[in-house]
Amino acid sequence: MSDVRLLAAPFDPAEELRAFTAAHIVAGGIVSFLGQVREGGGVEALELKHYDPLTLPAMQDLAVRVRDRWVLDGLLVIHRSGVMAVGEPIVLVAAAARHRRDAFAAADFAMDHLKSESWFWKREKVAGEWRWIEPRAQDFEDIGRW
Amino acid sequence: MAARLVFLGRLEELAGSGGADFALDAPLDWTALVARLSDEYSPELADLISSDRVKVALNGALVADKQGIMLSNGDEIAFLPPVSGG
Repeated sequence: MSDVRLLAAPFDPAEELRAFTAAHIVAGGIVSFLGQVREGGGVEALELKHYDPLTLPAMQDLAVRVRDRWVLDGLLVIHRSGVMAVGEPIVLVAAAARHRRDAFAAADFAMDHLKSESWFWKREKVAGEWRWIEPRAQDFEDIGRW
Repeated sequence: MAARLVFLGRLEELAGSGGADFALDAPLDWTALVARLSDEYSPELADLISSDRVKVALNGALVADKQGIMLSNGDEIAFLPPVSGG
């Protein structure tokens, strides 16, 4: 089964990965991706807004598509919403599989689709002022790979 | 009678809040809704909401053709600009 969560409060990626790994002892390989609020450009904080009726259901649909496409023992998708400080985790994806290539591809696919299609709106705070981030062309190019 | 408006992303800034109650005397079609948003918020907000880039969800479900929307008492309509990723 997939574990898909939308969190309003900080989470501990190391603990999540430890628990996920322990729960999937039959998997030979686990690939994970962690996205965090990066330092630079004077960014003081990042805020992600979501829309309850759409955001988590779409993440769950994405998990189903990933599971249909690759043979996995487990899939973990955790995404933050709300205000995050520099260095705080934003997203954690982990795929557990018998064979590593399925795990790499599943995690990569899940991240590309989370970045370009999921229902989040992002703004960052620079020098005390919030400004909205527009979609990046790179995110659409990434999704074109699939 | 009222409906609920939800503004996401940059639309929240233009609207001045993320959500608002919206008085309705009778069901409103899309053209009438955009006209009222233009009057009560701003023409800029109404133009953005009319553009193809902004999607609409009615009562939590994405609408394929927003021109066909009829907004009624108790509905929640959300205006969704392009998403900017996690």
